[in-house]
Amino acid sequence: MGKMTALLNWIDARFPLTATWRTHLSEYYAPKNFNFWYYFGSLAMLVLVMQIVTGIFLTMHYKPDAAQAFASVEYIMRDVDWGWAIRYMHSTGASLFFVVVYLHMFRGLIYGSYRRPRELLWLLGVLIYLCLMAEAFFGYLLPWGQMSYWGAQVIVNLFAAIPFVGPDLAVWIRGDYVISDATLNRFFAFHVIAIPLVLLGLVFAHLVALHEVGSNNPDGIEIKNKKDPKTGIPLDGIPFFPYYVVKDIVGVVVFLMVFSVIVFFAPDMGGYFLEHNNFVPADSLKTPAHIAPVWYFTPFYSILRAVPPLFGSQFPGVLAMGLAVLIFFFLPWLDRGAVKSVRYRGTVYKTALALLVISFVVLGYLGTVPTNVWGQFGGWLGGAERATVVARIFTIIYFLFFLLMPWYTKIDKTKPEPARVTW
Amino acid sequence: MADSSVDRRKRHFLVAATSVAGGVASVAVAVPFVASMNPSARARAAGAPVEVDLSKVEPGMMVTVEWRGQPVWVVHRTREMIDSLPKLDEVVADPKSSMPMQPDYAKNEVRSIKPEYLVLVGICTHLGCSPSQKLAPGPESDLGKDWPGGFFCPCHGSKFDLAGRVYKGVPAPANLRVPPYTYLSDTRLIIGEDSKGA
Repeated sequence: MGKMTALLNWIDARFPLTATWRTHLSEYYAPKNFNFWYYFGSLAMLVLVMQIVTGIFLTMHYKPDAAQAFASVEYIMRDVDWGWAIRYMHSTGASLFFVVVYLHMFRGLIYGSYRRPRELLWLLGVLIYLCLMAEAFFGYLLPWGQMSYWGAQVIVNLFAAIPFVGPDLAVWIRGDYVISDATLNRFFAFHVIAIPLVLLGLVFAHLVALHEVGSNNPDGIEIKNKKDPKTGIPLDGIPFFPYYVVKDIVGVVVFLMVFSVIVFFAPDMGGYFLEHNNFVPADSLKTPAHIAPVWYFTPFYSILRAVPPLFGSQFPGVLAMGLAVLIFFFLPWLDRGAVKSVRYRGTVYKTALALLVISFVVLGYLGTVPTNVWGQFGGWLGGAERATVVARIFTIIYFLFFLLMPWYTKIDKTKPEPARVTW
Repeated sequence: MADSSVDRRKRHFLVAATSVAGGVASVAVAVPFVASMNPSARARAAGAPVEVDLSKVEPGMMVTVEWRGQPVWVVHRTREMIDSLPKLDEVVADPKSSMPMQPDYAKNEVRSIKPEYLVLVGICTHLGCSPSQKLAPGPESDLGKDWPGGFFCPCHGSKFDLAGRVYKGVPAPANLRVPPYTYLSDTRLIIGEDSKGA
């Protein structure tokens, strides 16, 4: 027995090292027909690690103090060796985190990965998404630029719109009557400790749930239904290590190429990743002429703006925006389709899905521009803003995708699923 | 034999009592943490009143002062500005200021103590942006040639007139807030304090 084997045996008698390796990698069988869409889960984990590492190094120089925060970010950019690179990696990572998570969620949508038996896996995923939004929101205040300040002002005031308790709740969140040093300090605490801890816990639970039920695949059929009678291994399964580890490394390499191009050549992405107004220090007495959140929040921001106030309160808009996110939780129980994968769905579902994607993109675009961007309707429409009307139409379509789902997935003419996976 | 000697009722009672005591203790421990996030004594004390010297504000001009960290606008309205207000009663949502967005002494047509000086908290009642000043009427405001003068919120497009009254059909649900204020003399104003006994 060699020295290494002896060491491994010593460890295995005290900690399930080999057993864990087998259960989760070398003998974890994933469907062999994974395609392009299956890169984004592992990429999301890669970005999470990069955000944590770059974040730790940024906190070594950043000052969570309203008087010093903006200057300390500029200090990182100009005076700290390679500080600019670490900061741009963190800011680019934030946007790309949402890119890969949105693509990962879209994969779940098209292949029905949220359906039985993966409902809890999906719910954990939506919780991760909520955490990610909170993490991005808290982090965006830290540079203490104009957009940081006024973005936080708008979002915290969303809570003030909640009937009865709203105003007190907003003061409690801010720790002051306005966004101030107290707010910055606590958002820093949430951004670097509280939310990341929750996020890591949820990611761990997400993986535990995934490895319990096994991965879905582009055909939306269960590989566990067809096992080798002798070994008990799914006939269409291949071990995650080495096959998918190698596949995911290809994804990582391509992703890092795209990532590097952005970090080195377009870190602000024309104002979409880092908004121009955020290079101006926060001024509590002057709102920038045009306020928009970063691109990953704009579909929901559009929905907020599209809903008119009712009964002298802006709460309905806030409610609609909240529901637009929370409605993802209900997806496993809204879908009544006979098949999971879009490959075997009928025209009705495909049309609905296409409309959802179009609404999300149009609302996302409209959220980045002022509501008067397309001017006003003339004549009988009485000067209504064109962009607002369009946002209202797509807000309705967005919600109808979910609300009508039990109906249209049921009447949809599906094709028969294959017995074994195809590729 | 050992099993039969267990008093299950007593065991159940002890488990329940321990759980309740533990739960109460957890909630009690949460109180200081939740309360620590309230505005601190220093933040509460910082809400002191602010004085404004009106002699430097020309007619048709405005100044912005900071009170409780918020912008407060003091507008010196001209005769034409004041006269334009009643004409807008049709297009504003709350012309008579019936919502409690002002102290009682500013609940009038011009929403101020003296018609020529308008005092407003410069925070949009929609989601807290600070509206831009578009005091001058006409096309130079970028709001069309019919714009009668007022304030425009760049965030979500809410419009207010020269008394801070909100237009109909915009996101903001209420008129701009009038803070408590009083005159120390003809040209000195204090914001954040009501006149005592007046």
